[in-house]
Amino acid sequence: MSELIPGQPGAPAAESRAGAPADGSGLMVRAEQVHKSFGSLEVLKGIDLEVRAGEVCCLLGPSGSGKSTFLRCINHLEKINAGSIRVDGDLIGYRERGGRLHEMREKEVAAQRRAIGMVFQRFNLFPHMTVLGNVVEAPVLLGREKKAAARERAAQLLERVGLGDKLGAYPGQLSGGQQQRVAIARALAMRPKLMLFDEPTSALDPELVGEVLDVMKDLARDGMTMIVVTHEIGFAREVGDTLVFMDGGVVVEAGDPREVIANPQHERTRAFLAKVL
Amino acid sequence: MESHDTSTVRARPEPLRAVPVRHPGRWVAVAVLAVLVAMFVHLLVTNAAFNWSFMADKMFRPPIIEGLLRGTVLMTVSAMLIGVTLGVVVAVMRLSDNPILRGVAWLYTWFFRAVPRLVLLAVFGNIGILWSRIEFGVPFDTQLGQLFGIDNLNLRLFGFSSRDILTGFMAGLLGLALSEAAYMAEIVRAGIQSVDEGQTEAAQALGMSRGQLLRRVVLPQAMRVIIPPTGNETIAMLKDTSLLLYVPVSVELFFQLDAVGKRTFQIFPMYVAACLWYLFLTSILLVGQYFLERHFGKGYGPAGRARLRLRGMAAETGGGGNSGTVGPA
Repeated sequence: MSELIPGQPGAPAAESRAGAPADGSGLMVRAEQVHKSFGSLEVLKGIDLEVRAGEVCCLLGPSGSGKSTFLRCINHLEKINAGSIRVDGDLIGYRERGGRLHEMREKEVAAQRRAIGMVFQRFNLFPHMTVLGNVVEAPVLLGREKKAAARERAAQLLERVGLGDKLGAYPGQLSGGQQQRVAIARALAMRPKLMLFDEPTSALDPELVGEVLDVMKDLARDGMTMIVVTHEIGFAREVGDTLVFMDGGVVVEAGDPREVIANPQHERTRAFLAKVL
Repeated sequence: MESHDTSTVRARPEPLRAVPVRHPGRWVAVAVLAVLVAMFVHLLVTNAAFNWSFMADKMFRPPIIEGLLRGTVLMTVSAMLIGVTLGVVVAVMRLSDNPILRGVAWLYTWFFRAVPRLVLLAVFGNIGILWSRIEFGVPFDTQLGQLFGIDNLNLRLFGFSSRDILTGFMAGLLGLALSEAAYMAEIVRAGIQSVDEGQTEAAQALGMSRGQLLRRVVLPQAMRVIIPPTGNETIAMLKDTSLLLYVPVSVELFFQLDAVGKRTFQIFPMYVAACLWYLFLTSILLVGQYFLERHFGKGYGPAGRARLRLRGMAAETGGGGNSGTVGPA
């Protein structure tokens, strides 16, 4: 188990280079005034967010509030229009040189993403590869590990998410919950220092939600830094270190999950919680 | 398999015995068809212009078989190989972020899809008129040389006589392959675009570059969409080798049959022979296409997915695996 703890030691030093000003503060993610528009539609209107290393941050909010978009900005699947996002001290998608911002090349962005795992609502497993193939693919292709070592580790990871007997199965043969657990193992195979979950249980049958949440709880207990977009209030209350409530592209309220859920300060939060609880 | 109906145990009712619906229209159709077939057979047997014995004698002659093997089969295979490879390249260019590559790819497909194949082949067959030698090197070298007072400056790197290379088979191959690449590019592009966006995002999130995710994730999945129309293209290509008559390519099936017909004034029997040869060859390809499509359709579509899941469930319960209900793939 301890071998699998995906803390900083696992990540190569090359990726957390350049002084890392935020390191001393223990911040894994630091977003400042993040703005994002799709055409004339402004989806994010200045998001500030800080997530400490080892923390679980739950993003909550009605659909269209921008929480998924914000999550996708963190690994640069979406380009932000203003503000900045730093992961482990490194600016995402840009480099500061001589007081000016330079857009990163595709290869550099790809390198940054390797340290950030992501789990999608619709799993997005590669349907033409076996379960083991899905998990082994990236570490081997990107030269992280030799094939044999990667297979062994992938088998361990799949064992950990409770799918040790499904190595040779194809995603189409698995239930939604099983697929999502494979997706988590696939992300972990890159030894990320941060995991992003984009509504990981929203596409699942109610009876399958539990098995995925259990894996995520296990991950949180091991000290993984996680940002989770979710509608699972119970999960936020139990595992979350912070809860951020978003609406209309801004952070309405943030704080200790138990506090916010029991005693929301804003009318909007109260109305939303009343509906989902 | 039987449902466990514990509440009531009722005897299974007897199968229904009902008078089936009659189809008198089908009998009428059979009668009409029978007459038409008889008329057609009558034509084949009694019309002397078919000259069957002459046709049977000529259609297996060595030059014709050589034309079939080289000009039709080898040409189809080579043109499709080049066409598919180049088509993938053009499709990837067309979908690239680079606007210049995108433009070049668009121009390429526009040109080669807009000019008819027959015309294209005639052009390639006569390209020797344009250049007697084809050379590669610094453009405007002679003119630039004159500018600096050097007479006959020659900066050509290499070249060849177009009469040696760009005639007959090679000209025909080039014309067919380049034209095919344009059509294949559109097919490959449709295939790539048919792959769910989430696949690209998942691969990107893992840190793959565009080239890596295309090669490992997107293209393998696009094959399911690309393969069936590629089969159609291959069949069309086989038939289009007959257009090589206008390059002209002499080692080619239709050229040879046509030549025999014109030389002996027995044109019609040789055209019938051409029909029979092409029917035979495309039928072989059709069989191949059927199996190819069945193979690549595996695990997809409602039926395929259900089959996969059933097999998974059977394996899980330790049941009989591929039982009769699952059936062969």
